[in-house]
Amino acid sequence: MAALQNSTLDAMKNNQPQLLTEWIKGLEANGATRNLKEQDLKQQTAEFLHLVVSGLEKGNGQNVAAPGWDEARQYLEKLSHSRALLGQDSHQTASFIFSLKGPVFGLLQSHYKDNPAVLAEQLWEVSELLDALGMHTIRTFQKSREAVIKRQQEELLELSTPVVKLWDGVLALPMIGTLDSQRTQVVMESLLQRIVDTGSEIAIIDITGVPTVDTLVAQHLLKTVTAIRLMGADCIISGVRPQIAQTIVHLGLDLQGVVTKANLADALKLALNRLGITVSKTV
Amino acid sequence: MSPRSSGTHPINIEQDVVLARQLARKLATECGMRLIDLTKMVTAVSELARNTMVYGGGGDMDWQIIDENSRVGLRLTFRDEGPGIPDIKLAMTDGWTSGSGLGLGLTGAKRLVDEFELDTAPGQGTRITITRWT
Ligand SMILES: Nc1ncnc2c1ncn2[C@@H]1O[C@H](COP(=O)(O)OP(=O)(O)OP(=O)(O)O)[C@@H](O)[C@H]1O
Ligand SMILES: [Mg+2]
Repeated sequence: MAALQNSTLDAMKNNQPQLLTEWIKGLEANGATRNLKEQDLKQQTAEFLHLVVSGLEKGNGQNVAAPGWDEARQYLEKLSHSRALLGQDSHQTASFIFSLKGPVFGLLQSHYKDNPAVLAEQLWEVSELLDALGMHTIRTFQKSREAVIKRQQEELLELSTPVVKLWDGVLALPMIGTLDSQRTQVVMESLLQRIVDTGSEIAIIDITGVPTVDTLVAQHLLKTVTAIRLMGADCIISGVRPQIAQTIVHLGLDLQGVVTKANLADALKLALNRLGITVSKTV
Repeated sequence: MSPRSSGTHPINIEQDVVLARQLARKLATECGMRLIDLTKMVTAVSELARNTMVYGGGGDMDWQIIDENSRVGLRLTFRDEGPGIPDIKLAMTDGWTSGSGLGLGLTGAKRLVDEFELDTAPGQGTRITITRWT
């Protein structure tokens, strides 16, 4: 297989400022620079071009898995990770590398203008190399992205058990977000445990932060309510907005005598009432 | 209104059901649906998308914003290549479930929308199209 010639490497090495200018222009044109500071972009392009040149100088060819490309690979991994955190998609991150092709091809075209056979061969070599580096970016980008999502999911799971004591004997459980089965299970268990620990008589499940109440959510709620009742405590569901109430009716859900309230304040009022506590203004 | 008025959303894992609801919410908002209608439509999506995932073994949700004769609406089709529903009448009975659900998803979804069309046969997969006008 033909290899990348020293002459090609020299051309790239000696024309870095020109390549960088054109590369940045290309990136701006296809929108890959959104959310990026100009300063960072300048630095990233310069650093990466330098790594490509030095990787080639070490004679690694296009095998980007070879040890000589370690530095370039690590750099791309860092870059992918930081861009995933910025919320960029893999398309934008890969464009970063693919956009370097245009300037390099232009350079080689004038460099080898008298030798079309070598030009074609060298274009192919450079193209293969940049494709391989681009693919590496996409792969690592996806990994970073998955890691970010996984971390967010775990954070959510941890955040998901805020059982709040509102009054002696009254616990509130504000549910927020999507009640997928795994999370609901965790929330439910911790509520039941806190009822036992505090000897509470009334639990208020607040669903103000739950955008959709469907049959699965209802099933989870009903199971929780049943368990609370079995423990000898009472349960009120609050945060049943008008649109949620209507939807529940249309779905045909039977809330089995569960007391519901439109908001948490009303639920607390009812709970205090049941405990025989009256709250009044001091005059 | 969105420049694109139709598209497809995959429904394969739990996460996709969440995303399908979010997409439906966004589309319904673009259609100018009232909060109450939007909530009903999104709840129907939740039911049908989960059925597609659980019973259909995964599939797609096609979406289309309809803008015709001075009325605007959102039409969604849930498609899967799963086992299909052998007894439609039974499946469309309140409280009947072949699994461990409440058996209210299909019938509830039907009551939550303006138009409901079910096309299924054993071994032929399932297609459910729902429409809600604004
Ligand atoms: N896409 C599908 N493919 C095959 N069978 C289906 C499909 N959708 C529904 N079914 C069948 O119809 C039955 C009724 O569905 P329905 O959504 O009404 O109830 P469910 O999913 O069992 O419980 P839930 O009340 O939690 O939705 C299901 O139990 C299942 O057997
Ligand atoms: Mg269902």
